Amino acid sequence: MRVEIRETAFDPWLEVSAFRRDHLAAGRIGASAVFVGTMRDFNEGDDVKSMVLEHYPGMTEQHLETMTQDAISKHQLSDALVIHRVGTILPADDIVLVAAFSAHRKEALIACREMMETLKSTAPFWKKESLASGERWVEKNTAG
Amino acid sequence: MSIQVRFFASLRERVGHTRLSIESAGIATARDVWHAVSASPLDEEMLVAINKAYASLDKAVSDGDEVAFFPPVTGG
Repeated sequence: MRVEIRETAFDPWLEVSAFRRDHLAAGRIGASAVFVGTMRDFNEGDDVKSMVLEHYPGMTEQHLETMTQDAISKHQLSDALVIHRVGTILPADDIVLVAAFSAHRKEALIACREMMETLKSTAPFWKKESLASGERWVEKNTAG
Repeated sequence: MSIQVRFFASLRERVGHTRLSIESAGIATARDVWHAVSASPLDEEMLVAINKAYASLDKAVSDGDEVAFFPPVTGG
């Protein structure tokens, strides 16, 4: 299991590839379910120039580690990988990667979805958007 | 002895502080911590963590604890 908070841009596809190569036993994994969340250049009808993602150092990592470990246990995953950006983020930057690996697709797909929804609703992160008219905090996440 | 208080995101801007240290005398719960740092009521949707774990406003706090207040989360 690996959980990371990143302050710089990352390529989620390279991360998944490297994690599979370095941490997963070849031949034992039949399913890799991957979710990547990417910054849009629009939100609630406005153009968004950039945003700052804030977290609670210590609590956020701990929360994501518990969430990931719970998912591994609940769905008998082979392993899981979670990476989340913080700091200044630009449109088209990837924000979050959640990947679940298992022997069969059902467990990986369900676990990936569950982890992502848990992260969105409970992990301590906050977004502040920069618009042409100024800055605003994102008050709630979209429903899905 | 003291309790460390932290604020995040829009609540930090509203309170005007990132961190505060308050005397623990007379403080029993997270709700007491809020009343010690702010004269305004805490919005119902605001969240509380004690020692980096989610907690209710009525959870007990002790000397040396870190109590954080923040708005609903918006990561991912």
